[in-house]
Amino acid sequence: MTLANSPDGIQSRHLRARGGAWIVASCVIAGLVLLPVLALLWQAMRGSDGLWSHLAANVLPHAITQTAILLAGVGLLVAVIGTLSAWLVTAYDFPGRRMLEWALLLPLAVPTYIVAYAYLDLLHPLGPVQGVIRAILGYDSPRDFRLPDIRSMTGAILLLSLVLYPYVYLPTRAMFLTQAASLVEVSRALGTTRAQVFHRVALPLARPAIAVGMSLALMETLNDIGASEFLGVRSLTIAVYTTWVTRYDLPGAAQIALAMLALVIALVSLERWARRRQRFSTSAQRGRSFAPRVLTGRAAGFALGLGLLPVVLGFLIPASYLAVEAWERFRLAGFSAGLVTEARNTFLLSAIATAAVVACGVVVSYGARARPGRLSAAALRVASMGYAMPGTVLALGILTVVAGLDRWIDATARDWLGVSTGLVLIGSGMALGYAYLARFLAISTGSVEAGFSRIPRSYDHAARTLGRGPGETLWQVHLPLSRGAMAAAGLLVFVDCMKELSATLLLRPLNFETLATRIYAEAARGTYENAAYAALAIVLVGLLPVILLARIGRMGQKP
Amino acid sequence: MPADQRPALWLDRISRRFGSRAVLEDISLAVPSGRITCLLGESGCGKSTLLRLIAGVDRPDGGTIDLGGTRIVGPDRFTEPELRRIGFIFQDYALFPHLSVADNLAFGLQGLDRRERRSRVAEIADRIGITHLLNRYPHSLSGGEQQRTALARALAPRPEVLLMDEPFSNLDQGLRERVRRETLEILRQFGTTAVLVTHDPQEALAVADLIVLMRNGRIEQTGSPFDIYDRPASSYAAEFMGPCNRLAGIWTRGSIETPIGRFAAGLDLPNGSAALVCIRPQALSIAPDGSGISARILSKTFTGESEQIEISVHPLFQPLRMHSHERIRMAVGDKVGLHLNGAQIHVFAEPVPLEQLSSLGGEIIHGEILTETVS
Repeated sequence: MTLANSPDGIQSRHLRARGGAWIVASCVIAGLVLLPVLALLWQAMRGSDGLWSHLAANVLPHAITQTAILLAGVGLLVAVIGTLSAWLVTAYDFPGRRMLEWALLLPLAVPTYIVAYAYLDLLHPLGPVQGVIRAILGYDSPRDFRLPDIRSMTGAILLLSLVLYPYVYLPTRAMFLTQAASLVEVSRALGTTRAQVFHRVALPLARPAIAVGMSLALMETLNDIGASEFLGVRSLTIAVYTTWVTRYDLPGAAQIALAMLALVIALVSLERWARRRQRFSTSAQRGRSFAPRVLTGRAAGFALGLGLLPVVLGFLIPASYLAVEAWERFRLAGFSAGLVTEARNTFLLSAIATAAVVACGVVVSYGARARPGRLSAAALRVASMGYAMPGTVLALGILTVVAGLDRWIDATARDWLGVSTGLVLIGSGMALGYAYLARFLAISTGSVEAGFSRIPRSYDHAARTLGRGPGETLWQVHLPLSRGAMAAAGLLVFVDCMKELSATLLLRPLNFETLATRIYAEAARGTYENAAYAALAIVLVGLLPVILLARIGRMGQKP
Repeated sequence: MPADQRPALWLDRISRRFGSRAVLEDISLAVPSGRITCLLGESGCGKSTLLRLIAGVDRPDGGTIDLGGTRIVGPDRFTEPELRRIGFIFQDYALFPHLSVADNLAFGLQGLDRRERRSRVAEIADRIGITHLLNRYPHSLSGGEQQRTALARALAPRPEVLLMDEPFSNLDQGLRERVRRETLEILRQFGTTAVLVTHDPQEALAVADLIVLMRNGRIEQTGSPFDIYDRPASSYAAEFMGPCNRLAGIWTRGSIETPIGRFAAGLDLPNGSAALVCIRPQALSIAPDGSGISARILSKTFTGESEQIEISVHPLFQPLRMHSHERIRMAVGDKVGLHLNGAQIHVFAEPVPLEQLSSLGGEIIHGEILTETVS
């Protein structure tokens, strides 16, 4: 019963190192996220002056203007649609409101490149919509009548906003639900009329939530490559892509990417700032939900119609279009062999990447918990940085790192074994997995951390004083107790990997197609209907996290 | 005294800072083996932090800790909690919700093989009387059952020292007393060295062999319950352990003079210096006859067990509080005679707080009034 036989000195120092392993692992993972950014800087500095002045004169001004217009337009529109729809389902009650509450999340299942792809075909001058309009108006050919071309900046802003507004809707509604009630009641008692409540109380209150949602939507906009390409918007992302792929000019692409990074930093700062404000204000009273105003008759119908508008445009129309097209294809030709291969590629790649991303998320989150300190907190923060990086920018950084490694491996193998390995990391899809890890690690650390935060610290301490080391404690206490959070993290990451286009396009092995790249290729060729299956599959799988979100939202809302 | 008087746990000059705030400063403490030691103090005094340092779930910024003669914390030395053989019972019990009671008990026994583990679980469950709960899950247990399960789980690996952080505070009043008695019985049976944290002086007095009274990260006084209650080292200690009437007095010729009498005390002070007197309510008694110090009843509050009485004594501005376990026949407003029991009066060479002076209407400054009222 004594400790006298416990070897001291060496063992306790060894143990300190063992506990420190969590920190080392966290830092390595954080380093993996940081490395592409550093590589990008290095790559950008390799460019000659002449190149830079060419870019600055001919490429950048136009790309920056286009991107700025796109961001401003999308930002404004998602804020308006998101806030108004959140207010509509919070402040008013009408038949269908409950359904609308979750239905408003549905467009989240449609990636930007798919909504663009669907509407391009739908609104094509020879497509069904314009055909119907011509038939009604009595025109014979597209030459006599056509709608304004969707392939424009306006079209891009509209379409992107239609699928990105849920980023604003979700936090804003949560804000209205959790704390508007008492404040609205107080302000009514102080003489604010119902009509004034929205802009005098609710709007100022929701401003941080709107800003958070808007910054996330804009990060998605910046990341988008498919929609911009299809709709002819020459944004920065496209500039990076073409500079790299068509001109083989890596330093030039890196320099444009740096301009994007500056935008990203601005967006992240906006988000951080807004989140701080949000945390500050949510410390106020919560729990009681808002007593909505009951609408009847025509007013109720109008409210329902208004609320359904974004759902119909952002989800129902593109999804039905895809379903119909897929059905047509199936009747004509059945499943193509290519589709099966692509689905398998997508599934395998996403599954492997998800496992790695969730595992790294667990390591980083647990490191910060088991060894609290400045270092592990910094690692956690850096590890959550990648979500803001546009896929193209990230891919560029990763390519620089991985290509260097590949060359080194190849040279070493040739020196020692006499065989050439070629580009083994890129060829095996490792580079792509790395990109998914860097980009989606934030999702898994966020989700896992949320799961861990529900476990009292005393459980950690109880397990430790009962003789279990940090690793055993994680395995036997934290993982079993946060299974739900782990599953949610896995689902969210899996779906995001599956939908990912911009990095996949640049880093995939030769002749390796995923569902997303297939859609891109078909759309680029103008053969939209060929990719209907792939797009439908992505939208359907994309619905899973939306269902999850809707359920979380309902749980948080007390009846 | 038994031969084995080597302390089970030895803390030397332990300090802990959170940022720039010193939570613990210069704590030195010997925890006697086989006894129950109580860390007592207000919330925020550092007592729970000290417990966490002993357990190893937090690291001190300075100082050393020895457990059973082995250094576990010191410069360049930190034994991980899982190697310390220290049991911990948490305020929320920290029972693992995904494990049955039996699995919770077995959690700390991974060094044993399956059969030994099972028999150890059965043995400890039997001794603590929770055999019928073994197949249940924590969420289905009552508060008392959870507490006993936590106790059994902590004792199962036979720890050298058992730490308890407010282990009874989650139980309601009636249950608390019973569980506390049972727990004490078990600890004494096992001969466990225990360190218990509490903010409740009644609990500390009832439970402890040794009380460590803490204040603002330092030890205010260490001693047996009788030491602490009967011989408080400071007015803080006196007031923390129970209600006190505070009086200002003047030190003259080996005793202290107050408006209600002169009390002997062993202080080393120059004549004429101010001192503080703490009189426990139970040191006061009243009689209707007018003997003793003349006083008047201001209010009476009946609590069932006793009556709380406030009496005013000229020239004190603040009333004195006292308890009576007998029925008081006198009514509010009656004149009574006040008597004092010297054993429950404590004198401290502490500067008298200003508000105490004002309660005497400033007259004490001259020192004249004192002799007048003393009979």
